[in-house]
Amino acid sequence: MTPEEISNLLRRTFGDAIEEVVLAGAHPYVVVQADRWPEVAQFLRRDRRLKFNLLRCISSLDLLPDDKLAAVYDLCAVPEATDDKPLVCPHEFAVRVVTNRGNPHIPSVADVWETANWHEREAYDLMGIVFDNHPDLRRILCPDDWQGHPLRKDYVFPKEYHGIPGTTEHELPSPRH
Amino acid sequence: MTDTILESKPDLLVDYDRAEQGDLDTEELLINMGPQHPATHGVLRVVLRVDGEMVLEAVPHIGYLHRCAEKIGESLEPYQYIPYTDRLDYVSAMNQNHAFALAIERLCGIEVPGRASLIRVIFLELNRIASHLVTVGAYGLDMGAFTPFLYVFREREMILDLFEATCGARLTYSYITPGGVREDLADGFVDSCREFLDYFEPKIDDYNDLLSFNQIFVKRTGKVGVIPARDAIAYGLTGPCLRASGVRWDVRRAIPYEGYERFDFDIPIGLPGGTGNIPPGVVVGDSWCRYYVRVLEMRQSVRIIRQALDMLADTTPGEIMAKKVKNLKLPAGCEVYLETDNPRGSMGFYVQGDGTTVPSRVKARGPSFSNLCITTHVCRNVLIADIPAIVGSIDMVMGEVDR
Repeated sequence: MTPEEISNLLRRTFGDAIEEVVLAGAHPYVVVQADRWPEVAQFLRRDRRLKFNLLRCISSLDLLPDDKLAAVYDLCAVPEATDDKPLVCPHEFAVRVVTNRGNPHIPSVADVWETANWHEREAYDLMGIVFDNHPDLRRILCPDDWQGHPLRKDYVFPKEYHGIPGTTEHELPSPRH
Repeated sequence: MTDTILESKPDLLVDYDRAEQGDLDTEELLINMGPQHPATHGVLRVVLRVDGEMVLEAVPHIGYLHRCAEKIGESLEPYQYIPYTDRLDYVSAMNQNHAFALAIERLCGIEVPGRASLIRVIFLELNRIASHLVTVGAYGLDMGAFTPFLYVFREREMILDLFEATCGARLTYSYITPGGVREDLADGFVDSCREFLDYFEPKIDDYNDLLSFNQIFVKRTGKVGVIPARDAIAYGLTGPCLRASGVRWDVRRAIPYEGYERFDFDIPIGLPGGTGNIPPGVVVGDSWCRYYVRVLEMRQSVRIIRQALDMLADTTPGEIMAKKVKNLKLPAGCEVYLETDNPRGSMGFYVQGDGTTVPSRVKARGPSFSNLCITTHVCRNVLIADIPAIVGSIDMVMGEVDR
Protein backbone atom coordinates (compact mmCIF):
# COMPACT_ATOMS: atom_id res chain seq x y z
CA MET A 1 0.00 0.00 0.00
CA THR A 2 1.17 3.53 -0.66
CA PRO A 3 1.62 5.96 2.24
CA GLU A 4 -1.47 7.81 0.99
CA GLU A 5 -3.65 4.70 1.14
CA ILE A 6 -2.33 3.83 4.60
CA SER A 7 -3.05 7.31 5.96
CA ASN A 8 -6.54 7.28 4.41
CA LEU A 9 -7.23 3.90 5.98
CA LEU A 10 -6.10 5.19 9.37
CA ARG A 11 -8.20 8.34 8.98
CA ARG A 12 -11.29 6.29 8.11
CA THR A 13 -10.76 3.92 11.03
CA PHE A 14 -9.68 6.30 13.76
CA GLY A 15 -11.01 9.71 12.70
CA ASP A 16 -9.92 12.36 15.19
CA ALA A 17 -7.10 10.25 16.62
CA ILE A 18 -5.10 11.03 13.46
CA GLU A 19 -4.16 14.66 14.06
CA GLU A 20 -2.07 15.34 11.00
CA VAL A 21 -0.95 13.65 7.80
CA VAL A 22 2.41 14.57 6.27
CA LEU A 23 2.99 12.86 2.93
CA ALA A 24 5.44 15.24 1.28
CA GLY A 25 9.14 14.44 1.42
CA ALA A 26 11.14 11.28 1.86
CA HIS A 27 9.55 10.26 5.13
CA PRO A 28 5.73 10.22 5.09
CA TYR A 29 4.09 9.93 8.49
CA VAL A 30 0.91 10.57 10.45
CA VAL A 31 0.63 12.24 13.84
CA VAL A 32 -1.40 10.15 16.26
CA GLN A 33 -3.03 11.45 19.44
CA ALA A 34 -1.04 10.11 22.41
CA ASP A 35 -3.89 8.46 24.37
CA ARG A 36 -5.25 6.63 21.29
CA TRP A 37 -1.81 5.40 20.24
CA PRO A 38 -1.93 1.81 21.67
CA GLU A 39 -5.21 1.24 19.82
CA VAL A 40 -3.72 2.51 16.55
CA ALA A 41 -0.57 0.45 17.15
CA GLN A 42 -2.60 -2.73 17.61
CA PHE A 43 -4.43 -1.97 14.37
CA LEU A 44 -1.18 -1.35 12.47
CA ARG A 45 0.25 -4.60 13.79
CA ARG A 46 -2.82 -6.83 13.34
CA ASP A 47 -4.81 -5.48 10.41
CA ARG A 48 -4.62 -7.89 7.50
CA ARG A 49 -4.01 -5.17 4.94
CA LEU A 50 -1.14 -3.58 6.90
CA LYS A 51 0.58 -6.21 9.07
CA PHE A 52 3.36 -3.94 10.28
CA ASN A 53 5.12 -6.66 12.23
CA LEU A 54 8.59 -5.08 12.36
CA LEU A 55 9.15 -1.99 14.50
CA ARG A 56 12.41 -0.74 13.11
CA CYS A 57 13.19 2.24 15.26
CA ILE A 58 11.82 4.70 17.79
CA SER A 59 13.42 8.12 17.37
CA SER A 60 12.70 10.67 20.06
CA LEU A 61 12.52 14.32 19.04
CA ASP A 62 12.79 17.54 21.00
CA LEU A 63 10.52 20.15 19.40
CA LEU A 64 11.72 22.98 21.63
CA PRO A 65 10.10 25.91 19.74
CA ASP A 66 6.66 24.25 20.10
CA ASP A 67 7.41 23.21 23.68
CA LYS A 68 6.75 19.56 22.73
CA LEU A 69 8.53 16.21 22.68
CA ALA A 70 7.79 13.52 20.11
CA ALA A 71 8.51 9.89 19.38
CA VAL A 72 8.72 8.68 15.79
CA TYR A 73 7.93 5.01 15.19
CA ASP A 74 9.30 3.59 11.95
CA LEU A 75 7.44 0.51 10.82
CA CYS A 76 7.73 -1.94 8.02
CA ALA A 77 6.03 -5.17 7.05
CA VAL A 78 7.94 -8.42 6.64
CA PRO A 79 5.68 -10.62 4.49
CA GLU A 80 5.35 -14.33 4.94
CA ALA A 81 7.36 -16.42 2.53
CA THR A 82 5.43 -18.20 -0.20
CA ASP A 83 8.42 -19.48 -2.18
CA ASP A 84 12.22 -19.38 -2.07
CA LYS A 85 12.44 -15.86 -3.47
CA PRO A 86 13.85 -13.02 -1.34
CA LEU A 87 11.14 -11.09 0.49
CA VAL A 88 10.22 -7.67 -0.85
CA CYS A 89 8.93 -4.98 1.49
CA PRO A 90 5.26 -4.29 0.61
CA HIS A 91 5.09 -1.02 2.53
CA GLU A 92 6.84 1.07 5.15
CA PHE A 93 5.37 3.88 7.18
CA ALA A 94 6.02 6.10 10.17
CA VAL A 95 3.93 7.39 13.05
CA ARG A 96 4.69 10.38 15.19
CA VAL A 97 3.26 10.79 18.67
CA VAL A 98 3.60 14.25 20.19
CA THR A 99 3.44 15.04 23.89
CA ASN A 100 3.94 18.00 26.22
CA ARG A 101 7.46 18.95 27.14
CA GLY A 102 6.60 19.71 30.77
CA ASN A 103 4.85 16.41 31.50
CA PRO A 104 5.76 14.02 28.67
CA HIS A 105 3.70 10.84 28.73
CA ILE A 106 3.16 8.38 25.86
CA PRO A 107 1.53 4.96 26.32
CA SER A 108 3.95 2.09 25.85
CA VAL A 109 3.60 -0.29 22.90
CA ALA A 110 5.98 -2.91 24.30
CA ASP A 111 3.08 -5.39 24.34
CA VAL A 112 2.49 -4.82 20.62
CA TRP A 113 6.10 -5.03 19.47
CA GLU A 114 8.49 -6.61 22.02
CA THR A 115 11.43 -4.70 20.60
CA ALA A 116 9.81 -1.45 21.78
CA ASN A 117 10.87 -2.38 25.30
CA TRP A 118 14.50 -1.33 24.82
CA HIS A 119 13.80 1.45 22.32
CA GLU A 120 11.37 3.09 24.73
CA ARG A 121 13.83 2.75 27.57
CA GLU A 122 16.37 4.52 25.40
CA ALA A 123 13.95 7.34 24.58
CA TYR A 124 13.13 7.64 28.29
CA ASP A 125 16.79 7.72 29.22
CA LEU A 126 18.03 10.20 26.64
CA MET A 127 14.95 12.34 26.01
CA GLY A 128 12.94 11.92 29.20
CA ILE A 129 9.69 10.70 27.66
CA VAL A 130 7.75 8.58 30.17
CA PHE A 131 6.16 5.54 28.55
CA ASP A 132 3.11 4.56 30.59
CA ASN A 133 2.54 0.85 31.30
CA HIS A 134 6.06 -0.02 30.24
CA PRO A 135 7.12 -3.32 31.90
CA ASP A 136 10.53 -2.11 33.01
CA LEU A 137 11.11 1.62 32.52
CA ARG A 138 14.68 2.22 33.70
CA ARG A 139 17.58 4.12 32.25
CA ILE A 140 19.42 1.95 29.74
CA LEU A 141 22.50 3.77 28.47
CA CYS A 142 23.25 6.36 31.18
CA PRO A 143 23.96 5.37 34.79
CA ASP A 144 20.91 5.12 37.05
CA ASP A 145 21.85 8.24 39.01
CA TRP A 146 22.46 10.44 35.96
CA GLN A 147 20.83 13.86 36.11
CA GLY A 148 18.76 15.10 33.18
CA HIS A 149 18.19 13.79 29.67
CA PRO A 150 21.12 14.46 27.33
CA LEU A 151 19.28 14.69 24.01
CA ARG A 152 17.04 17.57 25.08
CA LYS A 153 18.01 20.77 23.37
CA ASP A 154 18.27 22.67 26.65
CA TYR A 155 20.37 20.02 28.37
CA VAL A 156 23.20 21.46 30.42
CA PHE A 157 26.41 19.47 30.31
CA PRO A 158 27.34 18.47 33.89
CA LYS A 159 30.54 19.94 35.29
CA GLU A 160 31.11 17.03 37.62
CA TYR A 161 29.99 13.42 38.07
CA HIS A 162 31.07 11.49 41.19
CA GLY A 163 34.24 13.52 41.45
CA ILE A 164 35.05 13.18 37.73
CA PRO A 165 35.44 16.70 36.36
CA GLY A 166 33.77 17.49 33.04
CA THR A 167 35.13 20.47 31.20
CA THR A 168 33.84 21.66 27.87
CA GLU A 169 35.50 23.53 25.10
CA HIS A 170 35.38 27.30 25.79
CA GLU A 171 33.31 26.53 28.90
CA LEU A 172 30.16 26.21 26.80
CA PRO A 173 27.19 24.65 28.62
CA SER A 174 26.51 22.46 25.58
CA PRO A 175 29.77 21.33 24.01
CA ARG A 176 30.24 21.65 20.27
CA HIS A 177 32.58 19.01 19.02
CA MET B 1 45.69 -34.59 56.64
CA THR B 2 42.89 -33.80 54.23
CA ASP B 3 40.45 -35.72 56.37
CA THR B 4 41.23 -33.64 59.42
CA ILE B 5 40.69 -30.37 57.51
CA LEU B 6 37.36 -31.60 56.21
CA GLU B 7 36.29 -32.83 59.62
CA SER B 8 37.02 -29.42 61.11
CA LYS B 9 34.81 -27.85 58.44
CA PRO B 10 31.64 -29.92 58.31
CA ASP B 11 30.11 -27.59 55.63
CA LEU B 12 32.52 -28.98 53.05
CA LEU B 13 31.40 -32.54 53.61
CA VAL B 14 28.80 -33.79 51.19
CA ASP B 15 25.95 -35.61 52.78
CA TYR B 16 25.92 -38.58 50.42
CA ASP B 17 22.78 -40.07 51.92
CA ARG B 18 20.78 -36.99 51.07
CA ALA B 19 22.43 -36.59 47.69
CA GLU B 20 21.39 -40.10 46.71
CA GLN B 21 17.81 -39.29 47.55
CA GLY B 22 18.04 -36.30 45.19
CA ASP B 23 17.44 -34.05 48.13
CA LEU B 24 20.28 -31.56 47.76
CA ASP B 25 19.07 -28.11 48.67
CA THR B 26 19.25 -25.86 45.66
CA GLU B 27 19.58 -22.17 46.05
CA GLU B 28 19.16 -19.42 43.52
CA LEU B 29 22.34 -17.51 42.96
CA LEU B 30 23.09 -14.28 41.16
CA ILE B 31 26.19 -14.41 38.97
CA ASN B 32 27.65 -11.32 37.42
CA MET B 33 29.15 -11.98 34.00
CA GLY B 34 31.12 -9.08 32.61
CA PRO B 35 31.51 -6.18 31.89
CA GLN B 36 35.06 -7.50 31.53
CA HIS B 37 34.57 -11.05 30.31
CA PRO B 38 36.18 -12.65 27.27
CA ALA B 39 32.91 -14.19 26.08
CA THR B 40 30.83 -11.00 26.13
CA HIS B 41 32.74 -9.34 23.27
CA GLY B 42 33.41 -6.02 24.89
CA VAL B 43 31.87 -4.27 27.83
CA LEU B 44 28.57 -6.11 28.15
CA ARG B 45 27.43 -7.16 31.59
CA VAL B 46 24.93 -9.97 31.95
CA VAL B 47 23.45 -10.73 35.36
CA LEU B 48 22.52 -14.40 35.57
CA ARG B 49 20.08 -15.82 38.08
CA VAL B 50 21.12 -19.46 38.29
CA ASP B 51 19.99 -22.59 40.03
CA GLY B 52 23.00 -24.89 39.90
CA GLU B 53 24.06 -25.00 36.25
CA MET B 54 20.67 -23.81 35.04
CA VAL B 55 20.18 -20.18 34.06
CA LEU B 56 16.72 -19.04 35.14
CA GLU B 57 17.09 -15.50 33.90
CA ALA B 58 19.74 -13.45 32.13
CA VAL B 59 19.47 -9.68 32.23
CA PRO B 60 21.90 -7.72 30.06
CA HIS B 61 23.13 -4.32 31.27
CA ILE B 62 24.53 -2.04 28.63
CA GLY B 63 25.79 1.52 28.39
CA TYR B 64 29.42 1.12 29.49
CA LEU B 65 30.60 2.56 26.18
CA HIS B 66 27.96 5.26 25.87
CA ARG B 67 29.21 8.60 24.59
CA CYS B 68 25.93 9.98 23.23
CA ALA B 69 27.00 9.81 19.60
CA GLU B 70 23.58 11.14 18.57
CA LYS B 71 24.13 14.38 20.48
CA ILE B 72 27.51 14.76 18.77
CA GLY B 73 25.75 14.37 15.43
CA GLU B 74 23.53 17.34 16.27
CA SER B 75 26.51 19.67 16.59
CA LEU B 76 28.51 18.63 13.52
CA GLU B 77 28.13 18.91 9.77
CA PRO B 78 27.55 15.56 8.04
CA TYR B 79 31.14 15.49 6.77
CA GLN B 80 32.52 15.99 10.24
CA TYR B 81 30.26 13.30 11.63
CA ILE B 82 31.48 10.56 9.27
CA PRO B 83 34.52 9.68 11.50
CA TYR B 84 32.13 9.27 14.42
CA THR B 85 30.04 6.75 12.47
CA ASP B 86 33.25 4.70 12.04
CA ARG B 87 33.38 4.33 15.76
CA LEU B 88 29.84 3.01 16.14
CA ASP B 89 30.45 -0.44 14.68
CA TYR B 90 34.21 -0.38 14.27
CA VAL B 91 34.30 -3.90 12.82
CA SER B 92 32.35 -2.79 9.74
CA ALA B 93 33.17 0.91 9.55
CA MET B 94 32.61 1.14 5.77
CA ASN B 95 29.00 0.03 6.18
CA GLN B 96 28.48 2.58 8.95
CA ASN B 97 29.90 5.42 6.85
CA HIS B 98 27.66 4.34 4.02
CA ALA B 99 24.46 4.16 6.08
CA PHE B 100 24.87 7.75 7.24
CA ALA B 101 26.07 9.05 3.86
CA LEU B 102 23.06 7.47 2.16
CA ALA B 103 20.64 9.08 4.61
CA ILE B 104 22.16 12.51 3.95
CA GLU B 105 22.03 11.92 0.18
CA ARG B 106 18.37 10.94 0.35
CA LEU B 107 17.61 14.00 2.47
CA CYS B 108 19.35 16.45 0.12
CA GLY B 109 18.58 14.64 -3.15
CA ILE B 110 22.18 14.01 -4.13
CA GLU B 111 22.90 11.68 -7.04
CA VAL B 112 26.04 9.58 -6.66
CA PRO B 113 28.15 8.96 -9.82
CA GLY B 114 28.07 5.42 -11.19
CA ARG B 115 31.72 4.69 -10.47
CA ALA B 116 31.44 5.86 -6.87
CA SER B 117 28.40 3.65 -6.41
CA LEU B 118 30.27 0.58 -7.68
CA ILE B 119 33.32 1.33 -5.54
CA ARG B 120 30.98 1.59 -2.59
CA VAL B 121 29.43 -1.80 -3.28
CA ILE B 122 32.89 -3.40 -3.60
CA PHE B 123 34.07 -1.91 -0.33
CA LEU B 124 30.83 -2.63 1.50
CA GLU B 125 30.96 -6.29 0.55
CA LEU B 126 34.69 -6.56 1.31
CA ASN B 127 33.97 -5.12 4.71
CA ARG B 128 31.11 -7.57 5.15
CA ILE B 129 33.55 -10.42 4.51
CA ALA B 130 36.10 -8.92 6.92
CA SER B 131 33.44 -8.46 9.56
CA HIS B 132 32.04 -11.97 9.17
CA LEU B 133 35.58 -13.34 9.39
CA VAL B 134 35.98 -11.69 12.78
CA THR B 135 32.62 -13.10 13.86
CA VAL B 136 33.41 -16.61 12.68
CA GLY B 137 36.85 -16.58 14.28
CA ALA B 138 35.78 -15.05 17.55
CA TYR B 139 32.80 -17.38 17.82
CA GLY B 140 35.11 -20.36 17.39
CA LEU B 141 37.27 -18.87 20.11
CA ASP B 142 34.26 -18.61 22.42
CA MET B 143 33.57 -22.28 21.82
CA GLY B 144 37.17 -23.26 22.52
CA ALA B 145 38.53 -23.55 18.98
CA PHE B 146 41.61 -21.38 18.76
CA THR B 147 43.01 -22.36 15.35
CA PRO B 148 40.28 -20.99 13.02
CA PHE B 149 40.72 -17.61 14.66
CA LEU B 150 44.29 -17.41 13.38
CA TYR B 151 43.29 -18.43 9.84
CA VAL B 152 40.46 -15.93 9.53
CA PHE B 153 42.66 -13.11 10.73
CA ARG B 154 45.21 -14.01 8.07
CA GLU B 155 42.54 -13.52 5.38
CA ARG B 156 41.09 -10.43 7.03
CA GLU B 157 44.55 -8.89 6.98
CA MET B 158 44.53 -9.09 3.16
CA ILE B 159 41.24 -7.19 3.01
CA LEU B 160 42.62 -4.56 5.35
CA ASP B 161 45.64 -4.23 3.05
CA LEU B 162 43.29 -3.61 0.12
CA PHE B 163 41.49 -0.92 2.14
CA GLU B 164 44.75 0.62 3.25
CA ALA B 165 46.05 0.90 -0.31
CA THR B 166 42.99 2.93 -1.34
CA CYS B 167 41.98 4.97 1.68
CA GLY B 168 44.99 4.83 3.98
CA ALA B 169 43.17 3.43 7.00
CA ARG B 170 42.82 -0.09 8.31
CA LEU B 171 39.97 0.10 10.80
CA THR B 172 38.18 3.45 10.82
CA TYR B 173 38.05 4.43 7.18
CA SER B 174 35.87 7.55 6.86
CA TYR B 175 36.05 6.64 3.19
CA ILE B 176 32.43 6.80 2.06
CA THR B 177 31.11 10.33 2.47
CA PRO B 178 27.88 12.05 1.37
CA GLY B 179 28.13 12.41 -2.42
CA GLY B 180 30.49 9.55 -3.19
CA VAL B 181 33.82 8.26 -1.95
CA ARG B 182 36.90 10.22 -0.91
CA GLU B 183 39.56 8.74 -3.19
CA ASP B 184 39.57 6.79 -6.41
CA LEU B 185 40.79 3.21 -6.31
CA ALA B 186 44.51 2.66 -5.79
CA ASP B 187 46.58 1.60 -8.80
CA GLY B 188 46.23 -2.10 -9.46
CA PHE B 189 43.30 -2.45 -7.04
CA VAL B 190 41.12 -4.41 -9.45
CA ASP B 191 43.81 -7.02 -10.08
CA SER B 192 44.80 -7.44 -6.46
CA CYS B 193 41.14 -7.64 -5.47
CA ARG B 194 40.49 -10.40 -8.02
CA GLU B 195 43.62 -12.17 -6.81
CA PHE B 196 42.32 -12.01 -3.26
CA LEU B 197 38.87 -13.35 -4.23
CA ASP B 198 40.44 -16.29 -6.08
CA TYR B 199 42.57 -17.03 -3.05
CA PHE B 200 39.76 -16.51 -0.54
CA GLU B 201 36.90 -18.51 -2.00
CA PRO B 202 38.43 -21.99 -1.43
CA LYS B 203 39.38 -20.92 2.09
CA ILE B 204 35.70 -20.93 3.07
CA ASP B 205 35.74 -24.72 2.66
CA ASP B 206 38.66 -24.82 5.08
CA TYR B 207 36.66 -22.96 7.70
CA ASN B 208 33.83 -25.41 7.21
CA ASP B 209 36.17 -28.37 7.69
CA LEU B 210 37.86 -26.80 10.68
CA LEU B 211 34.89 -25.33 12.48
CA SER B 212 31.41 -25.36 10.91
CA PHE B 213 31.06 -29.14 10.67
CA ASN B 214 33.35 -29.94 13.59
CA GLN B 215 31.36 -32.27 15.80
CA ILE B 216 32.36 -30.57 19.07
CA PHE B 217 31.34 -27.18 17.67
CA VAL B 218 28.02 -28.50 16.35
CA LYS B 219 27.26 -30.07 19.75
CA ARG B 220 27.99 -26.81 21.52
CA THR B 221 25.84 -24.66 19.23
CA GLY B 222 23.17 -26.90 17.67
CA LYS B 223 19.68 -26.57 19.18
CA VAL B 224 21.03 -23.92 21.54
CA GLY B 225 19.18 -20.62 21.77
CA VAL B 226 16.52 -21.42 19.20
CA ILE B 227 14.65 -18.29 18.05
CA PRO B 228 11.45 -18.94 16.04
CA ALA B 229 10.83 -16.59 13.11
CA ARG B 230 7.83 -15.01 14.82
CA ASP B 231 9.86 -14.03 17.90
CA ALA B 232 12.74 -12.84 15.77
CA ILE B 233 10.51 -10.34 13.96
CA ALA B 234 8.68 -9.25 17.12
CA TYR B 235 11.99 -8.51 18.87
CA GLY B 236 13.22 -6.54 15.88
CA LEU B 237 16.03 -8.91 14.89
CA THR B 238 17.56 -8.20 11.51
CA GLY B 239 20.47 -9.40 9.42
CA PRO B 240 21.96 -12.88 9.87
CA CYS B 241 20.11 -13.36 13.18
CA LEU B 242 16.74 -12.97 11.45
CA ARG B 243 17.74 -14.93 8.36
CA ALA B 244 18.99 -17.81 10.51
CA SER B 245 15.40 -18.13 11.73
CA GLY B 246 14.34 -18.86 8.17
CA VAL B 247 13.13 -15.42 7.09
CA ARG B 248 14.60 -14.43 3.73
CA TRP B 249 14.65 -10.73 4.60
CA ASP B 250 17.55 -8.61 3.43
CA VAL B 251 17.21 -4.85 2.99
CA ARG B 252 19.45 -5.08 -0.07
CA ARG B 253 16.59 -6.96 -1.76
CA ALA B 254 13.55 -5.86 0.26
CA ILE B 255 14.07 -2.10 -0.16
CA PRO B 256 17.01 -1.88 -2.59
CA TYR B 257 19.56 0.92 -2.31
CA GLU B 258 22.91 1.67 -3.94
CA GLY B 259 21.88 -0.28 -7.02
CA TYR B 260 21.91 -3.69 -5.35
CA GLU B 261 19.13 -4.74 -7.71
CA ARG B 262 21.77 -4.86 -10.48
CA PHE B 263 23.58 -7.76 -8.84
CA ASP B 264 22.80 -11.42 -8.90
CA PHE B 265 23.13 -12.96 -5.45
CA ASP B 266 21.24 -15.27 -3.12
CA ILE B 267 20.13 -14.63 0.42
CA PRO B 268 21.14 -17.58 2.59
CA ILE B 269 18.78 -18.52 5.41
CA GLY B 270 18.94 -20.91 8.32
CA LEU B 271 19.07 -24.53 7.16
CA PRO B 272 18.97 -23.96 3.41
CA GLY B 273 17.56 -26.88 1.51
CA GLY B 274 19.64 -28.58 -1.11
CA THR B 275 23.09 -27.43 -0.04
CA GLY B 276 23.86 -30.82 1.41
CA ASN B 277 26.03 -31.71 4.40
CA ILE B 278 23.95 -30.06 7.11
CA PRO B 279 25.13 -31.75 10.28
CA PRO B 280 22.61 -33.69 12.36
CA GLY B 281 21.51 -32.02 15.57
CA VAL B 282 20.86 -28.51 14.30
CA VAL B 283 17.47 -26.83 13.85
CA VAL B 284 16.27 -23.65 12.19
CA GLY B 285 17.03 -20.57 14.28
CA ASP B 286 19.64 -22.04 16.61
CA SER B 287 23.10 -20.65 17.32
CA TRP B 288 24.72 -22.86 14.71
CA CYS B 289 22.43 -21.45 12.00
CA ARG B 290 23.25 -17.90 13.02
CA TYR B 291 26.90 -18.80 12.63
CA TYR B 292 26.54 -20.70 9.39
CA VAL B 293 24.43 -18.04 7.64
CA ARG B 294 27.45 -15.75 7.98
CA VAL B 295 29.72 -18.31 6.34
CA LEU B 296 27.28 -18.63 3.42
CA GLU B 297 26.97 -14.85 3.14
CA MET B 298 30.71 -14.52 2.57
CA ARG B 299 30.34 -16.58 -0.62
CA GLN B 300 27.53 -14.30 -1.83
CA SER B 301 29.65 -11.23 -1.11
CA VAL B 302 32.41 -12.68 -3.26
CA ARG B 303 29.86 -13.08 -6.08
CA ILE B 304 28.72 -9.46 -5.75
CA ILE B 305 32.28 -8.12 -5.74
CA ARG B 306 33.18 -10.08 -8.87
CA GLN B 307 30.19 -8.60 -10.73
CA ALA B 308 30.97 -5.08 -9.50
CA LEU B 309 34.60 -5.38 -10.59
CA ASP B 310 33.42 -6.35 -14.09
CA MET B 311 31.09 -3.34 -14.22
CA LEU B 312 33.89 -0.98 -13.20
CA ALA B 313 35.42 -1.27 -16.68
CA ASP B 314 32.54 0.79 -18.14
CA THR B 315 33.08 3.78 -15.82
CA THR B 316 35.35 6.78 -16.10
CA PRO B 317 38.16 6.89 -13.53
CA GLY B 318 38.00 9.99 -11.36
CA GLU B 319 34.20 10.33 -11.30
CA ILE B 320 33.84 9.58 -7.65
CA MET B 321 32.09 12.59 -6.15
CA ALA B 322 28.76 14.25 -6.86
CA LYS B 323 28.77 17.93 -7.73
CA LYS B 324 27.71 20.59 -5.24
CA VAL B 325 28.22 18.80 -2.00
CA LYS B 326 30.28 21.51 -0.30
CA ASN B 327 28.51 23.48 2.44
CA LEU B 328 25.51 21.27 2.15
CA LYS B 329 22.38 22.86 3.63
CA LEU B 330 19.95 20.30 4.99
CA PRO B 331 16.45 21.41 3.98
CA ALA B 332 14.33 22.73 6.84
CA GLY B 333 11.51 20.54 8.10
CA CYS B 334 12.66 17.58 6.03
CA GLU B 335 13.43 14.26 7.57
CA VAL B 336 14.45 10.83 6.42
CA TYR B 337 14.75 7.35 7.86
CA LEU B 338 16.84 4.93 5.89
CA GLU B 339 18.07 1.42 6.57
CA THR B 340 20.96 -0.44 4.99
CA ASP B 341 21.94 -4.06 5.44
CA ASN B 342 25.09 -4.14 7.52
CA PRO B 343 26.94 -7.33 8.46
CA ARG B 344 25.09 -7.33 11.80
CA GLY B 345 21.66 -6.35 10.52
CA SER B 346 19.75 -3.26 9.47
CA MET B 347 21.55 -0.06 10.31
CA GLY B 348 19.13 2.83 10.25
CA PHE B 349 19.70 6.56 10.41
CA TYR B 350 16.96 9.04 11.13
CA VAL B 351 18.12 12.53 10.14
CA GLN B 352 16.18 15.76 10.41
CA GLY B 353 17.29 19.02 8.81
CA ASP B 354 16.54 22.58 9.92
CA GLY B 355 17.86 24.66 7.01
CA THR B 356 21.41 24.93 8.34
CA THR B 357 24.45 22.80 7.59
CA VAL B 358 24.05 20.92 10.88
CA PRO B 359 21.21 18.40 11.31
CA SER B 360 18.79 19.08 14.14
CA ARG B 361 18.44 15.39 14.97
CA VAL B 362 20.53 12.35 14.17
CA LYS B 363 19.25 9.03 15.44
CA ALA B 364 21.22 5.85 14.88
CA ARG B 365 19.31 2.58 14.99
CA GLY B 366 21.96 0.00 15.70
CA PRO B 367 21.31 -3.59 14.61
CA SER B 368 23.25 -5.01 17.57
CA PHE B 369 21.15 -2.96 20.00
CA SER B 370 17.93 -4.41 18.63
CA ASN B 371 19.36 -7.91 18.30
CA LEU B 372 20.59 -7.91 21.87
CA CYS B 373 17.18 -7.17 23.37
CA ILE B 374 16.09 -10.77 22.76
CA THR B 375 18.77 -12.06 25.19
CA THR B 376 16.49 -12.28 28.23
CA HIS B 377 13.80 -14.02 26.23
CA VAL B 378 16.08 -16.65 24.72
CA CYS B 379 18.46 -17.25 27.67
CA ARG B 380 15.83 -18.88 29.85
CA ASN B 381 16.37 -22.40 31.19
CA VAL B 382 19.66 -22.91 29.43
CA LEU B 383 23.00 -24.00 30.88
CA ILE B 384 25.57 -21.42 31.93
CA ALA B 385 27.90 -22.79 29.23
CA ASP B 386 25.22 -21.98 26.63
CA ILE B 387 25.29 -18.27 27.45
CA PRO B 388 28.53 -17.60 25.51
CA ALA B 389 27.16 -19.71 22.66
CA ILE B 390 23.97 -17.64 22.45
CA VAL B 391 25.42 -14.20 23.13
CA GLY B 392 28.31 -14.88 20.75
CA SER B 393 25.98 -15.99 17.97
CA ILE B 394 24.01 -12.75 18.23
CA ASP B 395 27.36 -11.10 17.49
CA MET B 396 27.11 -7.58 18.80
CA VAL B 397 29.67 -4.81 18.73
CA MET B 398 29.27 -2.81 21.90
CA GLY B 399 30.37 0.45 20.29
CA GLU B 400 27.15 0.39 18.31
CA VAL B 401 24.93 -0.99 21.09
CA ASP B 402 25.92 1.80 23.46
CA ARG B 403 26.51 4.53 20.89
